[in-house]
Amino acid sequence: MRKGFILVVSLLAAVLAFTGCAKDDQVVLNVYNWGDYIDEDIFDTFEEETGIKVNYETFSTNEEMYTKIKNGGTKYDIAIPSDYMIEKMIREDMLEKLDMSKIPNYANISDEYKNLSFDPDNAYSVPYFWGTVGIVYNTDLIDGPITSWANLWDPQYAGMFTMVDSQRDSIMVALKMLGYSMNTKNLDELEQAKEALIQQKPLVLAYAGDNVKDMLISEEAAMAVVWSGEASAVIQEYPQFDYVLPEEGSNLWVDSIVIPKGAEHIDAAHQFIDFLCRADIGFKNADYVGYSTCNTETLKMIDPSLYDTTYAYPKPEWIEGFEIFEDPGDFVSEYDRIWTEIKAN
Amino acid sequence: MLKKLASGPYLIWIVLFIVVPILMVGFFSLVQEGPDGTLTFTTANFQRVFDPIYVGVWWRSIKIALEATLICLILGYPTAFILSKMKKRIQTFAVMLFIVPMWMNFLLRTYAWMTILGKNGILNQLLALVGLPQMTFLYSEGAVLLGMVYNFLPFMVLPIYTVLAKMDRNLIEAAEDLGGNRRIVFTKVILPLSLPGVISGVSMVFMPAVSTFVISNLLYGGQYMLIGNLIEQQFLTVGDWHFGSAIAIILMIIILITMAVMNRASGNDPEESGVNLW
Repeated sequence: MRKGFILVVSLLAAVLAFTGCAKDDQVVLNVYNWGDYIDEDIFDTFEEETGIKVNYETFSTNEEMYTKIKNGGTKYDIAIPSDYMIEKMIREDMLEKLDMSKIPNYANISDEYKNLSFDPDNAYSVPYFWGTVGIVYNTDLIDGPITSWANLWDPQYAGMFTMVDSQRDSIMVALKMLGYSMNTKNLDELEQAKEALIQQKPLVLAYAGDNVKDMLISEEAAMAVVWSGEASAVIQEYPQFDYVLPEEGSNLWVDSIVIPKGAEHIDAAHQFIDFLCRADIGFKNADYVGYSTCNTETLKMIDPSLYDTTYAYPKPEWIEGFEIFEDPGDFVSEYDRIWTEIKAN
Repeated sequence: MLKKLASGPYLIWIVLFIVVPILMVGFFSLVQEGPDGTLTFTTANFQRVFDPIYVGVWWRSIKIALEATLICLILGYPTAFILSKMKKRIQTFAVMLFIVPMWMNFLLRTYAWMTILGKNGILNQLLALVGLPQMTFLYSEGAVLLGMVYNFLPFMVLPIYTVLAKMDRNLIEAAEDLGGNRRIVFTKVILPLSLPGVISGVSMVFMPAVSTFVISNLLYGGQYMLIGNLIEQQFLTVGDWHFGSAIAIILMIIILITMAVMNRASGNDPEESGVNLW
């Protein structure tokens, strides 16, 4: 129904507007990715090598990406969602199966990130980066020690920190603080998490999005719940920052490259995925975005000083018991409702 | 015939981009999608709009929009009055000063406020210069209000200015000849004659203020929810188009009622005043 409507309107709009598209013979690959999550210089390299042009668009949450692919008029050839969202998209038949024979560089991907529960045989996805969610804080401004999620309910830090403007992640913080699984389907636990987040709201400076790094660097915020790569990018420039993996446990995530159903350039998309899995391209991206690579060949090129840091390549025992998000299925409507109520309060 | 032909493109435009979308929004607001994609008619979406949590959001949005409108009026009317009294050459220049900032992107102007109001922003640096302690401006209701007033003030000043500038000088002179002092001339002649401008100014400020989501997002960091944010969230992140549509419909009704009340209050025939929006 929605799709039909959008199709009609966009068709008519396309007919009305003069369709000033690229030359017919050139393939333009539509790539949909998180903001600040690729070194955009590699698009030129890709075009030089293959003649395929990349049209790049970004999103700031998995939910936003899902809504746009599900209902939007744009046909994307490549998207890079996280684990639970990939599970959901597979369940709803929104992804193309991958032909691994066209992605020889898939061999570079570490076994640790293959065959995870959201896509057990990697039939649909190729791991891109992985990381954690934790707390980054400015040691000049915060008298530590910061060790746990519970610190974010401490009134002494009122107005000094930001939460993350992403449904699953912010609810996860509260669930973990209360000692529950972040994949809970227990309504009572979810309601408790809601109460905790509403209670915390007066202490929160903002629910930040992509601008969190700027807020930390400009000292607008002294502490923030972030994805590890954001912490990594900040810490490598400003050593007064520290990144904490909270003791209650946290989220371990893997973002993977997928081809959404309806993609018009499936061959080119496979070429692009293979390109991203190349060691040198992987290194360029890892160096730019600051997240942890899933590529064993790229890992060999990474500055060894990043090994055994909380923010880049934590020791396995530090992230023991960390959970990967699972798709809650239809129960997601409860998460949606809880999140709306938290924000509306 | 020619007239009809000429209006053709506009009619197509209206039907495609105004009538059809409104009908679709109305339709979405009245249905719920089952897990298997079947649609059932229901009023549940509208019932949810009046849940106490969302009533709080409505109250907050309408309150801050009214505050912004009132401040714009208090600042805007005297400004328009002064503008209309200026000598022709300075007047053109002064009006330009109001219009030029509007050529700059709205987002950019709001972002600029973030760097002014920030913890280490320009304002706090000035405070530090005169030895005052750092204050928190950003991420507060005041910041949102300021953003609204700043962005929408020209929409108040310009219509009032247009009415005042076009006002028949003879009427004012007649009032003066008949012995009215300056206060009486203003309250009995100028103010009533300028009401149509005030009405369109108020509508042009109130409408964007009550439905904005960008200003509150940027200046209150995503934790302050206005109706605009609630609609945005339903469509972009939660994906509940039905609830989102129901809120949008109610918002439209509220704006329509406001407009109707305003027009009634002005007691003016909109056709006659020329600047009235409705």
